[in-house]
Amino acid sequence: MSGNHTFGEAAIRAGCRSYFGYPITPQNELGEYMSEHLPANGGVFVQSESETAAINMVIGAAATGTRVMTSSSSPGISLKQEGISFLAGFQLPAVIVNVMRGGPGLGNIAPAQGDYFQATRGGGHGDYRTPVFAPGSVQEVADLTRVAFDVADRYRTPVMVLGDGMLGQMKEPVVFPEPISDFPEKEWALKGRGDGPSRYMASLILDPMEMERHNWELVRKYQVIAKNETRYEEYMLDDAKIVAVAYGTTARIAKAAIKRVRKEGVPAGLLRPITLWPFPKEPLQNLARRIEDFVVFEMSTGQMLEDVLLSLEGKARVAFHGRPGGVVPTPVEFARVLYREYQRQMRVNNETA
Amino acid sequence: MKLLNKWPDYYKKDVATHYCPGCGHGIVHRIVAELMEEMDLGRRAICVNPAGCAVLAYKYFDIDMIESAHGRGTAIATGVKRVKPELFVFTYQGDGDLSAIGTAETIHSANRGEHITVIFINNAVYGMTGGQMAPTTLVGQRTTTTPGGRNPKFDGFPLHITDVIAKFPGVIYAERVAVNGPAGIQRTKRAIRNAFQVQVDGLGYSIVEVLSPCPTNWKMTPEDSFKWITEVMAKEFVPGVLTDKRGGGD
Ligand SMILES: Cc1ncc(C[n+]2csc(CCOP(=O)(O)OP(=O)(O)O)c2C)c(N)n1
Ligand code: SF4
Ligand SMILES: [Mg+2]
Repeated sequence: MSGNHTFGEAAIRAGCRSYFGYPITPQNELGEYMSEHLPANGGVFVQSESETAAINMVIGAAATGTRVMTSSSSPGISLKQEGISFLAGFQLPAVIVNVMRGGPGLGNIAPAQGDYFQATRGGGHGDYRTPVFAPGSVQEVADLTRVAFDVADRYRTPVMVLGDGMLGQMKEPVVFPEPISDFPEKEWALKGRGDGPSRYMASLILDPMEMERHNWELVRKYQVIAKNETRYEEYMLDDAKIVAVAYGTTARIAKAAIKRVRKEGVPAGLLRPITLWPFPKEPLQNLARRIEDFVVFEMSTGQMLEDVLLSLEGKARVAFHGRPGGVVPTPVEFARVLYREYQRQMRVNNETA
Repeated sequence: MKLLNKWPDYYKKDVATHYCPGCGHGIVHRIVAELMEEMDLGRRAICVNPAGCAVLAYKYFDIDMIESAHGRGTAIATGVKRVKPELFVFTYQGDGDLSAIGTAETIHSANRGEHITVIFINNAVYGMTGGQMAPTTLVGQRTTTTPGGRNPKFDGFPLHITDVIAKFPGVIYAERVAVNGPAGIQRTKRAIRNAFQVQVDGLGYSIVEVLSPCPTNWKMTPEDSFKWITEVMAKEFVPGVLTDKRGGGD
């Protein structure tokens, strides 16, 4: 199954009952899948007039407590940012898929990772964070889409699943989790006041003291998310002397590169962030106690690089190799970088010895 | 004994209004709250309120509400209504909200024939931000961004968006009314009742455009504002039923 179809099927199995979106390559198959399969499963599909409208329809559906998804690719995600900010302010759960492509501007439709800053730094206006899951395979698309819905509901927050054109188009065998449809009652959901008191969902808080209180309340929630939901994968780290840091598609390429250089005697390993926010800071810090050299691989000009540098606090050398613009790097290319950096490490160590 | 001026059940008690004296918002709020009660809608109603002077409508309406980003009300209402068709969903929007920044959402929700009702407050200015030009500002009308009066050469002409969407097959009921005195207020209530009934009957989209005074930004007394609506504004935006596809009429 393709990554894009898998997003859709996994969402439906996670109890998603509504999808609102606007076509954009390379993620069109996701909306198309939803248009066929959501109504067949008692759900709602609307092709909106824009990504702006789509994310606001998401807000409406989420406000009623319905599990809801939207998806797009980079330019469309920019248009959704206003709505994502409102979701964060309202504390509404929703899952937003970004199948990234080359940019800035219209860029192209090839796989890229240039939206890392936008995804992990809030993206829209105001003081908020969005949990970001970065699947590295089609199987992980299925698994993490389920997790994304659960995290969104548990913490009442918009959650982003960040893939790229490669992951969206790629076909792999996949095993889906069993469908779920029974969820705990969402007491906060709007359903008409009935005989109870009326409720109001607002992001407007005119009193600065109250707004500040709301901001810190969000921060406390984000701290709990960071504590409970940070995910990463360790790959061949036991005997590693040089560690690659990469996520999503780039991490796959890095794994192939690591297998290659290990044949040449380079003890390389990989730390793969699965959540980009919260970023696996501690695992990196722990590694820095014994690893001198890290190499960050990205399909961008260096965005996650900043999180790696912040995490390591200058305690290790960090090299960077990036291919922006929709260029998909090869394992040979990464292998060369790992080989070169390891040679340098040996040279430096010989000189100081 | 019949209580003539009963406080509507769905209008909060003991709150001071933030609307200026003579503002049309308060009058339309009262009408909506009365209809919530008279038509037994308040228990299952969701109101989507705008960015605009009515952003604080939740202080008054005693029903479930959700705020919208500027102009996005009908998209939010679409989301609510599609997943919960049993709810009664209406937006309450100003002319900047609905016919400038939210034009795409307005046109497409109407064109899809969403089963929602839109209360459209046309006061020919941006009230909340201090009286700038709106799409509905009249030719020659002075605002803070048209100090010499709206000049069509640079500023375009007043936008008649309700007339545009009234032509759509999915728009079942569209009426323009004016809050310009007791008769206009009565007509406004009747129009909103008709529009609400369209949704209750599951027929489709309905909208009521209300020519509504903004004495503060028009720099007029409330009395003169009523007069200006009748003598000037209603000449450009002529009140009347713009479409009625209910079958049978009202
Ligand atoms: C994206 C965005 N742009 C601008 C604003 C500022 N803003 C708030 S209300 C408003 C205009 C309100 O005018 P109208 O919709 O006519 O409502 P009124 O206050 O007249 O009832 C503007 C420009 C905003 N809140 N959000
Ligand atoms: S500024 Fe105008 S629209 Fe706003 S509350 Fe005052 S009178 Fe009403
Ligand atoms: Mg206005």
